[in-house]
Amino acid sequence: MANNSLGALDRAFAALSDPTRRAMLMRLEEERELTVSDLGRPLTIKLPTVLKHLDVLSAAGLVSREKQGRTVKVRLAPDPLKAAVDWLNRYERFWTPSLDRLVEVAEARESEAQAAALKDDA
Amino acid sequence: MTSVTLVRQIRARPSTVFDLLSTAEGLTAWWGPDDLPVLSAEADVRVGGRFRVRFRSIDGAEHECAGEFLAVEPPVRIAMSWRWTSGGEPEERDGVSRLELRVRATETGSELTLVHAALRNAASEASHRGGWGGALDKLQALLEQQL
Repeated sequence: MANNSLGALDRAFAALSDPTRRAMLMRLEEERELTVSDLGRPLTIKLPTVLKHLDVLSAAGLVSREKQGRTVKVRLAPDPLKAAVDWLNRYERFWTPSLDRLVEVAEARESEAQAAALKDDA
Repeated sequence: MTSVTLVRQIRARPSTVFDLLSTAEGLTAWWGPDDLPVLSAEADVRVGGRFRVRFRSIDGAEHECAGEFLAVEPPVRIAMSWRWTSGGEPEERDGVSRLELRVRATETGSELTLVHAALRNAASEASHRGGWGGALDKLQALLEQQL
């Protein structure tokens, strides 16, 4: 995923921005493998809509589809999701301690400035 | 768009906080994931000016991130493009992201919001084709459409 990691991430996040698609992914996480019609059934949406959502999920690499005879089996493909979560974790790990230190330094400088101002007034 | 948002309440005036975001000396005081001193920091704080921060992580490796200021509005907002110029994450070596810090006055001092966003692929590709000059104008236009 070397050079294309951000593009893959964007597709994964765009795919995840829709509640129907998230519901589909959650079911696939529980069931491991489902047919297209099984996947649509509890969501009360029509087959073409199910297929459209599946296209988005496939393009993002979040699911894989495999034709078995007359049915298509859908499975979860967790790699892009993992890349997205890794990106978030990485920058959260970078910024959380940085910001903690920033708060400390800003508050120390503010106290110093206030102490200096009090001294000037006296 | 993939992004990380972090918010902090700070008992300090917005101008005190903004100084830490907009001077090389200020950035040196807090930047970096580990509790280690920043090795060097440069910041030409104006729209189009560049920044560069070099730091060491706890494993001894040196990292450098750099970019260009996209917005400078003291004491409320500063935004910059961001990329790793050494170290960092190898798979992101070619990726440009965007960092924005916003400061809002509160009753007790300031509220600081940090947003670090990975850019859309099209935008980062455009910026690479054109290099760091005019492409950044395009990049900025794209970013502003997304806000």
